[in-house]
Amino acid sequence: MNVVLITIITLSALGALAAVILYFVAQKFKVYEDPRIDQVEEVLPAANCGGCGYPGCRAFAEAMVNSDDISNLYCPVGGAEVMSLAAKIVGKEAAASAPQVAVIRCNGSCDNRPRTNTYDGAENCTIAATLYGGETGCSYGCLGLGECVDACDFDAMYMDEKTGLPVVIEENCVACGACVEACPKDIIELRNIGPKSRRIYVSCVNKDRGGPARKACSVACIGCGKCEQVCAFDAITIKDNLAYIDYDKCKLCRKCVEVCPTDAIHEINFPARKPKPAAKKPATGAASAEKKPVVETKAAATKTEAASKPENKEKPTAPKAEKKDTPAKEADQKKPAEKKTPAKEEQSAKKSDLSDAKDKPEEK
Amino acid sequence: MLKTFSLGGVHPAENKLSAGKKIEVLPIPAQVSIPIAQHIGAPSAPVVNKGDSVKVGQLIAKSSGFVSANIHSPVSGTVFRIDNVLDASGYKRQAIIIKVDGDEWDGSIDRSPELKKEITLSPEDIIKKVGEAGLVGLGGATFPTHVKLSVPPGKKAEVLIINGVECEPYLTSDHQLMMEKGDEIMVGTQILMKALKVDKAIIGIENNKPDAIEHMSKLAAQYEGITVQSLKVQYPQGGEKQLIDACIGRQVPSGKLPIEVGAVVQNVGTTYAVYEAVQKNKPLFERVVTVTGKSVKNPGNFLARIGTPISNLIDAAGGIPEDAGKIIGGGPMMGKALASTDIPVTKGSSGILIMPDEMSKRKETQPCIRCSKCVSVCPMGLSPYLLMTVAEKAMWDRAEEEDVMDCIECGSCSYTCPSNRPLLDYIRLAKGTVGQIIRSRNK
Repeated sequence: MNVVLITIITLSALGALAAVILYFVAQKFKVYEDPRIDQVEEVLPAANCGGCGYPGCRAFAEAMVNSDDISNLYCPVGGAEVMSLAAKIVGKEAAASAPQVAVIRCNGSCDNRPRTNTYDGAENCTIAATLYGGETGCSYGCLGLGECVDACDFDAMYMDEKTGLPVVIEENCVACGACVEACPKDIIELRNIGPKSRRIYVSCVNKDRGGPARKACSVACIGCGKCEQVCAFDAITIKDNLAYIDYDKCKLCRKCVEVCPTDAIHEINFPARKPKPAAKKPATGAASAEKKPVVETKAAATKTEAASKPENKEKPTAPKAEKKDTPAKEADQKKPAEKKTPAKEEQSAKKSDLSDAKDKPEEK
Repeated sequence: MLKTFSLGGVHPAENKLSAGKKIEVLPIPAQVSIPIAQHIGAPSAPVVNKGDSVKVGQLIAKSSGFVSANIHSPVSGTVFRIDNVLDASGYKRQAIIIKVDGDEWDGSIDRSPELKKEITLSPEDIIKKVGEAGLVGLGGATFPTHVKLSVPPGKKAEVLIINGVECEPYLTSDHQLMMEKGDEIMVGTQILMKALKVDKAIIGIENNKPDAIEHMSKLAAQYEGITVQSLKVQYPQGGEKQLIDACIGRQVPSGKLPIEVGAVVQNVGTTYAVYEAVQKNKPLFERVVTVTGKSVKNPGNFLARIGTPISNLIDAAGGIPEDAGKIIGGGPMMGKALASTDIPVTKGSSGILIMPDEMSKRKETQPCIRCSKCVSVCPMGLSPYLLMTVAEKAMWDRAEEEDVMDCIECGSCSYTCPSNRPLLDYIRLAKGTVGQIIRSRNK
């Protein structure tokens, strides 16, 4: 009994002594850390993706607290919401930045871009890119070995086996830019999500002259300049035989999409075309007589769809119907958009209608 | 015992199918496209315009820096256009396209066949002449020759080594050149010796070419200071650093040039071109190309003008065989599969190898079994398995620590790997990335 008691007392005394020593040591060697760093880290998404340019969320939190001007700091994963919370903690003004999403600027699927050779080297885009221009006549486009997919930490990309091209899952994409960096061909671009997730972009990076570009890929941008002419907002520039749409200037009028002779300009998440543009067609269509009928049939198709719009809530079937009308390749391209839409709940009512209805036919 | 280099190396099946085949002169094609970037260094700047008429040997693109080379027209005709053309790099790059019309040579070129032994030019003039003639290393690396001959201040060349090794399997262009143009190569060696101010030259030849060793030894006896060194067959003996080790037993330190150990290496093809440039005033516009392959009907060595589409060469050798899987520019170890048969012959094209389909396919990659074969065959003493791993994981600083920049890309590691791992692919990736990092750091 006595032994037990002595043991307990001795150990307790030792413990207390150690505690006292540790307390003083801790006081002596205390490193002051701004408590706000922890607080900021708390609100950050903890994805540690590096999309902000800092090695992990902790480093970003430190930068938020320690730098006077945080206008150049932005967490792409958290977006404006997280940034305003974090900015409130540190008492500074956060930069307002439009949410972005990764966009694949190549539509050179197996159908569009005939193969001229086969690659059997290491499964790595950068290695393939150092060896040659790729399996097709286009030396600018996607190599299809999926380095961007490997780089994505958010399960926001996958390789479409049918087209051989990567696809961005919009609701998962946080615009961290890892894929943009990984792509040796600079095909992927971060673009503003745009109002109601609608975007228009040139899905091609081929800088060859029109003839060779078209020969290599049926949906290549040939740099004809029709889109540049038709754009009323100076949003389109043509450099090195390649059109580029400035998303800050683009007003989503879709005139460029209509005039593009190779369907290189893509529209994402747009509802069916309204009957109104049909009236305008002759004016824009005048640029190319050949193009005109195509545009008109498209418009006609949407018109009939649109007619049924007011009567029932099925109006969003229109885009689906339109898809049937458009060539297969365009339908392929629109698949990702379809996948993207359903989960974006915070979007406008019209938008959610659209996605609801889109789900319905799929269920049937 | 026969000499060879001290570290690593492999001995692939030699397959010298076209050995002993006389060099055939390939007919001039109807149109040539001459890439302006055929050498290591800055691409040349075109000095002709669309519609200009050119003669054989006329300057058409000028060297645009110290490490760059002139390019001369290989044909006579008119410049059709200057356009981007797919070349051996696998990308479309600028090229001068010339429509051929007759075969009118520039008047200053001496076309007589007789041997001109007497060297009249001073060392400085020789280097200048070599630079003007647009000479580059014809072994495949295409490093401008005049740069190699310009010994940097403070360094001294002690010995000239002529590379007649031709260690790549299949290729025989250098072998055949030695057999047919031995005398010219000897004079070329003398010219190079004079330019470098050295009194000793060694011609290294592997002993799988006994006829060449005998022939060259006989000729070398007539010239002062030139000896022929017979070497054990071992790949990659044709690598500059390996050849120096094999011939004079000196090791070039990591990251340094051969001049550090007092050696300058030139290929026999380059040496012949030096002779032609200095003695005959003929710039570099044609070269010997081996066209070979197991199922090629008529493998051989062809003298082709630069810019000739490789399809012409293949046709001359009997066309593309039915079982062709890959067409490789260069040898099977270091060569690169070509994406098209329209790719033109350039100064660096030493051979065209057509591989049958089942031979050309890569086998499925298996996990590394840590057998360390790659380490034992690496002629630079690197650890390829480790370099591949760090490259896969993008650990570039580690790759630099592991001396990835010393890799000569000989492919012995990939060749020997029992798990068929793409070691060299990843090492090249690491080399490229680390090279970029080093360059941006030095800026």
